[in-house]
Amino acid sequence: MSDAPLVDVRDIVAGYGDGPVLDGVSLSVERGDFVGLVGPNGAGKTTLLQTINGVLEPDRGEVLVDGATVNDLSSRAASRRVATVPQDTTVAFEFPVEAVVEMGRTPHRGRLSGDPDGREAIERALDRTDTARFRERPVGSLSGGERQRVVLARALAQATPALVLDEPTASLDVNHQVRTLELVRALTREGKGALAAIHDLDLAARFCDRLAVLADGDVRAVGPPEEVLTGERVAAVFDTPAAVVPSPVTGAPTVTPLSDPDQGRATGHGHEYEHDSTSGVGRDTGRSPKLGDLQVHVTGAGTAAARTVATLAAAGATVTAGVVPKNGLAASVAREHDVDTVEASPFEPVDAATEAAARDHLAAADVAVLAGDLPPSLRALVRDHDAIVRVTDGGTGRERRDTGSEEITGNTGEFRADSRATPATVVEAVRQVADRPVAADD
Amino acid sequence: MGTGTSTGTGGDAETGPATDADAATDTATGRSASRRSASARAVSWSAGLTVVLVAVVLASATVGPVSLSLPVVAKAALNAVAVPTGVTLTAASVGLGGATATVPLPDLTYTYLFSFPVDGTAETIVRSIRLPRIALGVVVGVALASAGTVMQGFFRNPMADPSIVGVSSGAAVGAVATIALSLSVPFGIQGAAFAGALVTAFVVYLVATENGRTPVATLLLAGVAVQTFLGAVVSYLLLQAGESIEQALYWLMGRLHTASWGDVEVTLPVAAACLVVMLVYTRDLNVLLLGEEDAHTLGIEVEQTKRILLAVSSIATAAAVAVAGVIGFVGLVVPHVLRLVVGPDHRVLLPTSAIAGGAFLVAADTVARAGPAELPVGIVTAALGAPFFLYLLVTREVHSL
Repeated sequence: MSDAPLVDVRDIVAGYGDGPVLDGVSLSVERGDFVGLVGPNGAGKTTLLQTINGVLEPDRGEVLVDGATVNDLSSRAASRRVATVPQDTTVAFEFPVEAVVEMGRTPHRGRLSGDPDGREAIERALDRTDTARFRERPVGSLSGGERQRVVLARALAQATPALVLDEPTASLDVNHQVRTLELVRALTREGKGALAAIHDLDLAARFCDRLAVLADGDVRAVGPPEEVLTGERVAAVFDTPAAVVPSPVTGAPTVTPLSDPDQGRATGHGHEYEHDSTSGVGRDTGRSPKLGDLQVHVTGAGTAAARTVATLAAAGATVTAGVVPKNGLAASVAREHDVDTVEASPFEPVDAATEAAARDHLAAADVAVLAGDLPPSLRALVRDHDAIVRVTDGGTGRERRDTGSEEITGNTGEFRADSRATPATVVEAVRQVADRPVAADD
Repeated sequence: MGTGTSTGTGGDAETGPATDADAATDTATGRSASRRSASARAVSWSAGLTVVLVAVVLASATVGPVSLSLPVVAKAALNAVAVPTGVTLTAASVGLGGATATVPLPDLTYTYLFSFPVDGTAETIVRSIRLPRIALGVVVGVALASAGTVMQGFFRNPMADPSIVGVSSGAAVGAVATIALSLSVPFGIQGAAFAGALVTAFVVYLVATENGRTPVATLLLAGVAVQTFLGAVVSYLLLQAGESIEQALYWLMGRLHTASWGDVEVTLPVAAACLVVMLVYTRDLNVLLLGEEDAHTLGIEVEQTKRILLAVSSIATAAAVAVAGVIGFVGLVVPHVLRLVVGPDHRVLLPTSAIAGGAFLVAADTVARAGPAELPVGIVTAALGAPFFLYLLVTREVHSL
């Protein structure tokens, strides 16, 4: 039995009455395994966890924990196999910490026999989660992070082989997020199996042994974070272009969503947006205008460039890129989209061969896009092109943009997408610039 | 008999404050097990409140048209303390409509533990007139307060009271129908009230249950709807009551003046059995406060536990209401006040609420009968309880459940 997975979800269909939330999900968690469950809101993460801890009975399929079908077990027996750290831990009550942790012993306590191992388990759980020092304090008086640890202590006191956690880090600050996940990982190293729904992809990738991507009621991928988290998959599942690059610090994949961060703000500041349309940025005319047979060359760095590449590629343009910093965000996104890219080591002068390669791309392109802040050498590279779109990053101030535009003044095709650029406006700008007749020498 | 119930719970009253202090010291040193301190707190608080209860009982027994001294009352009361030592079954004939049936009823024989020499008249006044009423007050108060505590915990709703699932309204319909329509039912008005209460609670439960699940929100709303409907039925029955309307109104206001040892004999075992079951489930009630989903993941059979708690608190309430009429506020206010004092842990809260409920109802009933004209005790509980509760609300921060 020990070689069977600790948690074995077998092809389950489950939901709350109005159509299945989970449709044919299979997933297993081994002892010693820390599996992160990622996916967009409404993908069914909580539903899946509820079928594992026995709260929800699947309509079809079964969930085995430690060899037994969860729904055939009594609540008591199931709670000796799976402990749950719920999403909402802001229960407003005045129980002391220790009493709450003690509640974790409920499935082990006999009405007559009591709970001989309880004391030790409670003390261990309190020590382990560093909550022993406020054992007397009411849970209501603790901070969110401390309260989360108390609930984790409660789950530890349950002394179960399996642990499910629903967004254990959702309301915590960075320090507590890391501490919580480190603790869960340490527990799995001691033999527990853990499955945690985690919103933050970077955290999930950093701490989990494996990730399971859940979307539209189905597991899309399971495996080590670096295999599962690809820009393409993140884009498909979360419906936003994203760049995935290894973190220079931890080496774990980090995910940077590339959809315009100001998209939400544009709706919130309607007037501002209207004004900005005078600067030449078109209104958001829809989510996916097509660029058909255009060839566009993107030069730049950072999120602005990465976003632009992803947007233009998604709009159907033939995109080339360069010169972009080697292994940077833009380069990584360009790779994701099979974009022909010229890269150069950052902070070094661009050598002649590289520059020539970039010039070749530029010459072939219908439109050149300058994205983000560029060193003068690169601006010079693009200057001669007929049709230029400038995309500046959200944080760029007006002054600097003015300076920038001065430097390429005189170029007839210039078109500036400002900080409120959305994918749609960038595409629209490219479209307009491309459609504009090439100016005669004047 | 009257004080027998409660002294049993409390243990030695003398050690009350000492244990309390010990528990506090344990807490301060920080190494105490919460389990130990919870039970220690339960015992010390219960002991302290039992002292209060006994004092209230004795003080109450001195009050009346004939003023008696405390030692006389104490001796007479002790003479009334009895333990049942034998059961014989006697046949009783029960009539429903025209038909009569013979049912065996248990008849207890008692052994009296004390026999102090007390003046005959005083002994009669205390044992036959005042004590049955006080004893019934204790039993009813205990039943209502403990049922209220359970209902509030169970519903996680501070407005929940023992009759939230329509128990009192059902009892009222049973009682008022019997009075107004001069029905002949087994065990009289009390039988009708008890049956009406349980039938109503069961109907509300059935209405709110679907696929074996009883969401508390549905239960609460079904209870409110049924209570409203039964309120209309009671109003209609009152219109039909004619001469007997006064008796019906008195019943509705809640009263203890018809109390007899017979009432106590019937109500006490029911209330005691229910209280024992509730006490067994205090930990489960604590866990249920975390929410049903959490409770389930902590090993509580949620639906089953809810059924048991609902059943015992409904039965306890029905037993109390059947003999005493609708006495409001005890089951709502006493648990709240005790929660403010001893905290939310049901291991401490339930026994202390129960004892305090008994003491509160006896005190209220003493006020009710002390005046020149006797008042229904339901009026007094509301008149005393509501201002006190409001005082607590404004002076202390009240946390929701």
